[in-house]
Amino acid sequence: MTQTLSPSEPLADARPVVSLDHVTKRFPGVVANDRVSFDLWPGEVHVLLGENGAGKSTLVGMLSGLQLPDEGGVLVEGREVRIASPARALELGIGTVFQHSMLVPSLSVVDNMALGGSWWSRPDRDGVARKMAAVCADIGVTIDPHAKVGSLSLGEQQQVEIVRALMRGSRVLILDEATAMLTPKGADDLGALMGRLVKLGIAVVFITHKLNEALAFGHRITVLRLGRKVGEIAPERLAALGPAAATAEIVRLMFGTGATATEAVATTVRTRPNGAPVLEIEGLAVDDPSVPVAGIDLSVAPGEIVGLAGIDGNGQKQFAEALAGQRRLAAGRIRLGGETIERLDVGGRRQRGLRYVTDDRLGEGTVGSFPISLNLLLKQVGEAPFWRRGIEQPEAIADHARRLVSEFDVRTPGIETAIGKLSGGNIQKALLARELSGPTRAVIFAKPTYGLDVQNIRATRQRIREAADRGLAVILISTDLEEVLELSDRVAVMSRGHIVGVVDNDAGARNRVGELMSGVTA
Amino acid sequence: MSGLFTEAFLTSLVLGALTAGLPLMLAGLGEQISEKAGVLNIGIEGMMLFGAYLGFVVAYYTGSVWLGFLGGGLGGVLVAAPMALFCIRMGLSQIVIGIALTLGAEGLTALLHHFQFAQSYPRLPAVPTLAIPGLSAIPVIGPALFDRPPIAYLAVLAVAVTAYVFRSTQFGLSLQAAGDKPAALDAAGVDVARVRTCAVLITGFLAGIGGAFMSQVGAGIFVPFMTNGAGFIGIVLAMQARGRPLWVLCGALLFGACLSATTALQVAGVSIPTDVIQMLPFAAVLMVLVLFGRRASLPPALGTHYVRGAR
Repeated sequence: MTQTLSPSEPLADARPVVSLDHVTKRFPGVVANDRVSFDLWPGEVHVLLGENGAGKSTLVGMLSGLQLPDEGGVLVEGREVRIASPARALELGIGTVFQHSMLVPSLSVVDNMALGGSWWSRPDRDGVARKMAAVCADIGVTIDPHAKVGSLSLGEQQQVEIVRALMRGSRVLILDEATAMLTPKGADDLGALMGRLVKLGIAVVFITHKLNEALAFGHRITVLRLGRKVGEIAPERLAALGPAAATAEIVRLMFGTGATATEAVATTVRTRPNGAPVLEIEGLAVDDPSVPVAGIDLSVAPGEIVGLAGIDGNGQKQFAEALAGQRRLAAGRIRLGGETIERLDVGGRRQRGLRYVTDDRLGEGTVGSFPISLNLLLKQVGEAPFWRRGIEQPEAIADHARRLVSEFDVRTPGIETAIGKLSGGNIQKALLARELSGPTRAVIFAKPTYGLDVQNIRATRQRIREAADRGLAVILISTDLEEVLELSDRVAVMSRGHIVGVVDNDAGARNRVGELMSGVTA
Repeated sequence: MSGLFTEAFLTSLVLGALTAGLPLMLAGLGEQISEKAGVLNIGIEGMMLFGAYLGFVVAYYTGSVWLGFLGGGLGGVLVAAPMALFCIRMGLSQIVIGIALTLGAEGLTALLHHFQFAQSYPRLPAVPTLAIPGLSAIPVIGPALFDRPPIAYLAVLAVAVTAYVFRSTQFGLSLQAAGDKPAALDAAGVDVARVRTCAVLITGFLAGIGGAFMSQVGAGIFVPFMTNGAGFIGIVLAMQARGRPLWVLCGALLFGACLSATTALQVAGVSIPTDVIQMLPFAAVLMVLVLFGRRASLPPALGTHYVRGAR
């Protein structure tokens, strides 16, 4: 194993390996970190918890050499240091695994590790592979050293990055939003790996905005809010509190005192809708090279929410896009209020009241550089009263935008602000405003809360409920089973391009959906 | 038409393919190095042209072929240096700067030529060839391929060297990483800007030698705008070759054969209007793009400026 993990070093060191001492970092218009202090102890998983925009990434940036603090100091082993580059951070024994992979996909694992040697030398592939095997054995992972990185799963790529950091002698390992892209199983594996790492005396910083992970994997928890450190829970205290009390404490820290009751949204008893179906889908099929979709039959009554559960990538997106008119149907029919619409294009279906809230908010949902006002009309460009004979009507557009912005509580400096400058939550609000306003009969939500923070998740779910209460037929596609169970009247489960079962959302729904998802009863 | 494929015709076709193809190959190889590192080098046409000019001038005044090629390489580097400064250090648009450098080199060389050589149009003596014993005695391809100026052999050798560098050196890994994921390279402690600067300067050197090859070996004379789009064909070659130096060589010889068909067909006495024949290389470029263009793969970071910590 690497030299720096010398066993002579006592695990319960009296001194932190790395300390941030009242660091402040400003960006134009915001104070990203405001006098944050932060100690890292060997043998500990230190969780950095906070919502989107709380300043976690900036803090990591200062530790890993991407940014320098404007004020305050960084201490390594008690000595003040200046971490001006990623290379310097590595020298100091601080290794970072960023949220977005820092591996070169077109190179093999060993080549990625060999990167950075002297220019004209041959990369020592065999030596690297040997060293890698040793580290892998130490921490209990298996990686094929000659596989191309691009062919590995995200979880495996993360393991590669962790192994690389250790091979370079890191004593501090920073995992930035490491579970954001992982499957639940991958996240658990990573948690177990962190446990093995700290046993070797390494200090792990685990950044997340997921409370349950913080509690499950962390020894010490620091909470950031709006660039400030609002609290720290030491290991002894965390153990003493127990999960429930710790959760309450953290929620109080993260959202302030006003929002203590987070997840406990009263699930209103909804009257079971039973009108004639407004949206009927029969034998829908889509040709797709990766996941062909076939034989989808589904009907949704007005005021009904049908959840579409399933592991991501099982044809949900193909189905939703085909329904919205963005993909060609291979077979099948779609009726909206009795009218056949499968031959209509996106605009035609929209005009008849079918709306699609995409999960690709920045890609196909909005044009980032356009102002909010135009983004709110993106699917109605050229239509009266906002355009007359091809001429833009600024007054009408602005009125429309102001109304929707206030109605949907989009937090923005103004309606002319480019939408790309807003936070993910506000972009989602704008998207919802666009798709839920006007004459609407049926809405498809694709992963509506993906990537949002807790408050925006709650707001979005409320919108979905309201949409159904207004009598719209709702299809809710989500990979978050909790969300599906919280909102839906019925749950359809999708697997490998087929709907493998539809169950009523009652007490036993969770088990049956779980069985369907894992293919037990298929 | 039966008399078309005479030995004379074939020899002149192969010879022409090599003479016209080698500059393209050098340009394509250079462009490939830049693109691998994530720099779309549109200034390569200007680098070739300035190399052609400076190579000719040095060879003309010193009388040394080798110094001429060195001067050509230097000429290419002189045009590549501002590209590295503006695009890599300062982060200006690679496309705009590339076009500006090409136009600038065209204007400057035409102007210099006007004052120096427009009255006399001096010619260089033929570049001496080096016959490889044994191989040069093979009919048709012997005289065409193995009785060439030494620089031709070196140019082909450059393909092997480049392939070796790509595959088996740290610099090769760095180039690949700079074009695929510069942030990863930076995190590994390698200066992305330095790798890219090196790549662009090497491109300039190779393209400049390619230009000097055109003026010293191909024409024996410098004429304004003589590269005539060779650099741009080099860009196409680099994109089609998908990171493989050998493919650049093959593609360059194919285009070279098209370019040389004019002379070869004239030698064979075929009476097709030369205008039609001169379209051949460009028709070939179009064909290749139509057939393979969709499969061309470019490095993800191509044409983007790397800023540490930017997302």
